[in-house]
Amino acid sequence: MEIVLSNWSPLLDGLWITLSIAVLAFVGAMVIGTVVAVMRISPVAPLRAVGLVYVEFFRNIPLLCLLFLVVFGLPDIGVLFNLYNSAVIGMAMFSAAFVCESIRTGINTVQVGQAEAARSIGLTFSQSMRFVILPQALRSMVQPLVNVWIGTLIGSSLASVIGIQDVTAVGQNLNNRYAGGLAVFASIAAIYVVIALLSGGVGGWIERRVTVLR
Amino acid sequence: MSSTTRVLFDEPGPRARRQIQVATAVSLLAIAGVIYLAVARFADSGQLAAAKWSIFTTPLVRTFLWEGFVNTMKLTVVSGLIALPLGILFALLRLAHNKIARWLGTAYVEVFRSVPLLLLVLMFVLALPPLGVNLPIFWKICVPIVMCNAAILAEIFRAGVNALPKGQLEASLAIGLTYWQAMRLVIFPQSIRLIVPALVTQLVSLLKDSTLGYAASFPELLRTANVLTARTHTLIQVYIVISLIYVIINLLLSYLARVLERRLNRTRVSSAGREGGAIEDTPVGGVLPMETAPGGAIMR
Repeated sequence: MEIVLSNWSPLLDGLWITLSIAVLAFVGAMVIGTVVAVMRISPVAPLRAVGLVYVEFFRNIPLLCLLFLVVFGLPDIGVLFNLYNSAVIGMAMFSAAFVCESIRTGINTVQVGQAEAARSIGLTFSQSMRFVILPQALRSMVQPLVNVWIGTLIGSSLASVIGIQDVTAVGQNLNNRYAGGLAVFASIAAIYVVIALLSGGVGGWIERRVTVLR
Repeated sequence: MSSTTRVLFDEPGPRARRQIQVATAVSLLAIAGVIYLAVARFADSGQLAAAKWSIFTTPLVRTFLWEGFVNTMKLTVVSGLIALPLGILFALLRLAHNKIARWLGTAYVEVFRSVPLLLLVLMFVLALPPLGVNLPIFWKICVPIVMCNAAILAEIFRAGVNALPKGQLEASLAIGLTYWQAMRLVIFPQSIRLIVPALVTQLVSLLKDSTLGYAASFPELLRTANVLTARTHTLIQVYIVISLIYVIINLLLSYLARVLERRLNRTRVSSAGREGGAIEDTPVGGVLPMETAPGGAIMR
């Protein structure tokens, strides 16, 4: 335990890296995921196909395999990013598939009658999306998106395998130097659990705020 | 397209049809351009050379990769078989009347859903041996996977039980069954049918988790691929082939889950259960792995 307490500085650095990777990847995933979701529901068939291929590929590939591909494989064909950026890009593309599915599910939970009613009072497609569909869909998207966030946070631990000094890697280093073993890893696990539980709590609060009581 | 989006888009008139045609042509050109660029990139850096890709035709490489594949499958199946009853156990704990049992179940599930699997594997590989708990390599990766996935499976089972209409439990209690008899004879058999697609989807997550055997030096597919890249200096080719293998297997499993969902939903009697049914709402439990697996089951 003393090892953890006396080494709080590198742990804090690692935590900062973990959080920054997770946040950047999540924001990127939201952007890419929204684009892919729009592609998937567009009437243009090639865009739909691209969206489908994207989602199916990135949902079914293991994250570690994807990170290897992006970090070690892409430089072979000349697509070079630095380590940190590659990890963020890999994680963002990965989470984007899940964001896309959450968005689509959220839109599908809105009853068909809402869309029909919106059309029947004369709203155009973008108007019905903006005023009727999306506000309702966003409410049911909160929970899945919070889970995507937690998944991104926990997946960021894989960045330690490819060499980024996130909090998991710092824990490994501490273990190597001081043979602190279980206490070190348990504290790091506690860090992840606390952040994940906090995120879950915040997500629940957001969901309660936006829920429409019927 | 879903029913909502089908309704949003009116039957396109002539101008809209022309716009869609233009957009289709433009996007096709854009996609072709991107593919051409990617292939050109490959060719420029000499990665399309036959020598690089021909290693996959040598029997030595094929046997090597096949061993990795078999190890991955072994790990997946064994972890799945062990995690399943454990998941049921923790689900029952969470649904129990006893406060202590409920607290235990909830604590386990909440903790092990939020812990990164990699951390657990590292614990088993680095931290436990000095304390005397030195498992064989297979179990060093299998036990952490089981621990994490039991928590996720517990949540899936719980969701299945909660998705049933309350009337089922009330009716079974009304005819004189005890709580546990009701669970065993009425609730669980029905909820199993609801959650089978989600279980198959969780198998996909298990397969992806197996790649963390890399951290435990277990010779599963990803690690054998890594060794291969070190020996043959063909990074992107090997990683592309491995990724395709994983994606194809998982696609097959997801397809199986979809088929099962359609088959089981056709014979479902109760339609009132849709309200609580987080499982039915999710496309093939597509969101469910996410919401029951922040531990990164899909993220691995």
